[in-house]
Amino acid sequence: MDPVEFADSAYKLSGEASRLAERLAELAQRATYADAGSAAAATAGGGSADVFLMGFTVFVLAIFVGYYVVWHVTPALHSPLMSVTNAISSVIVVGALIAAGPADFNISQVFGFIAVTLASINIFGGFIVTQRMLQMFRKKQR
Amino acid sequence: MSATASTFAYLIASICFIMALRGLSSPETARRGNMLGIAGMVIAVVTTLASPEVVSYTTIIAGIVIGGAIGTVIARRIEMTALPQLVAAFHSLVGLAAVFVAAAAFHTPEAYGIGVSGAIHASSLIEMSLGTAIGAITFTGSIIAFGKLQGLVSSNPLSFPGQHLLNLALGILLIVLIALFVGGESGFLFWMIVLLSLILGILLIVPIGGADMPVVISMLNSYSGWAACGIGFTLGNNLLIVTGALVGSSGAILSYIMCKGMNRSFFNVILGGFGGETATPGMEDLGDRTVRQGAADDAAFIMEQATKVIIIPGYGMAVAQAQHALAEMAQVLEEKGVDVRYAIHPVAGRMPGHMNVLLAEASVPYDVVFELDEINSDFASTDVAFVIGANDITNPAAKTDKSSPIYGMPVLNVEEAGTVLFIKRSLASGYAGVDNPLFYEDNTMMLFADAKKMCEDIVKALKGGGH
Repeated sequence: MDPVEFADSAYKLSGEASRLAERLAELAQRATYADAGSAAAATAGGGSADVFLMGFTVFVLAIFVGYYVVWHVTPALHSPLMSVTNAISSVIVVGALIAAGPADFNISQVFGFIAVTLASINIFGGFIVTQRMLQMFRKKQR
Repeated sequence: MSATASTFAYLIASICFIMALRGLSSPETARRGNMLGIAGMVIAVVTTLASPEVVSYTTIIAGIVIGGAIGTVIARRIEMTALPQLVAAFHSLVGLAAVFVAAAAFHTPEAYGIGVSGAIHASSLIEMSLGTAIGAITFTGSIIAFGKLQGLVSSNPLSFPGQHLLNLALGILLIVLIALFVGGESGFLFWMIVLLSLILGILLIVPIGGADMPVVISMLNSYSGWAACGIGFTLGNNLLIVTGALVGSSGAILSYIMCKGMNRSFFNVILGGFGGETATPGMEDLGDRTVRQGAADDAAFIMEQATKVIIIPGYGMAVAQAQHALAEMAQVLEEKGVDVRYAIHPVAGRMPGHMNVLLAEASVPYDVVFELDEINSDFASTDVAFVIGANDITNPAAKTDKSSPIYGMPVLNVEEAGTVLFIKRSLASGYAGVDNPLFYEDNTMMLFADAKKMCEDIVKALKGGGH
């Protein structure tokens, strides 16, 4: 297939995939409700298989979204792509915040604090360095 | 904030991240994309802070302030030539953070709703141990990559007998440990998994040579994404799963593009041992071939007479910090009516897109910078190809010599240009240890000098050209 054609169809697919991902996240959310409702009745392990499957579905669809979006990135911007993906992968700070958040002190809070600090270095550093790079890309003055 | 509201907020954050990557499809939309990425991160953090699990803010604010200050200072001060090692260092932090989050989830599973200490759900244990293992491998692997790029450790591949067997054995041991850990939750096993993965991370990267770093960095980028995914599964958080999968596939695609740019399989790169001083230099058949040498004045004269010039930068330009001098040279030429363009090979430099960023830093507009496929057919109609700090990516042997180690690698057709000006410190072979027949072509003129010095001298010669 011609690269331009491929890029075009990839772009269309990425749009579709992101819509699908949205829809799926909604579904996942509803499933979470259903799961929460049944959790009281279900045994500890019973509900977790469904949670996993739902997460897994989101995972697979997100890989497809990533695949089509990333193929559409221009090669000239591959360095900013790496630094921005680096910054957004620090979204694991979400897990770290939960660990650092409880009122009473425990070992997890220490782990949480370290993880929040590390992830913050990445978030600030990653986005700032990406912005610095992108600001340098200029079109020819004619 | 209620669970419903926070799920929606996380969904919006996921979409922001997707749009951030989407923005990178062109330089015009990229800055807005980055802003969306920042917005997504703010939404994610604020949402989590507002959730009922988070009640004490002192430690959190301390962590964000300390980390944010360090990150800001580093990102503002870093030289653009040091970008590859910076990215490697940042990857290591994501890996380490993943390990700590997993450790926290292991010690207080109640906070994450994945069971109680001593009776964590089996599925959560699997996800947790995978997230931990990948995170730890990313951490030490990235540290080694950082060391190699920064020159703290030798960038030569380090190999020893039985290396692959040892890695395989450790890999199997890791799987056994994870199985045992899932079967019987134990703190000892958890930390053993961490330790083993840390060792494995080092062993996986040491055999890989410096010029294969574009693949390694992309691969570690991918790993950091998968680690985030593992944590996302553990916490049952779709935002982490989506983001991890985006980053994971992005890194995987970049690795693929880099491997293709070298015509090597992913496994060939990962198993390492390619290049460096251990490779056999192919200089033995030098014979009676002669090399035409030139000085800055000659180069200036030739380019001044030219209509079209294509510049081919490589890692050597980054090492010599020659991008500004080069851009000045190009500008002087343009003022004299010469059409100057740049040709970028996918694996030029030490990370994907490395050359583009350095040229952008030197205020080279991006619309005169072209990728290999876009410009390769234009060399035949070009007067001068100016090779600066590149070698293997211009080697015609890759197209003709089946015995060459780089045979089949896509190369820039510089030899088709009227004259090839080749800046090089000496006649030494390139990274792949392969002699470059281009040096001995009749239309090649070698400029033996430091890349930056040579560009500055050419500028002087061009400016003084009128006498």
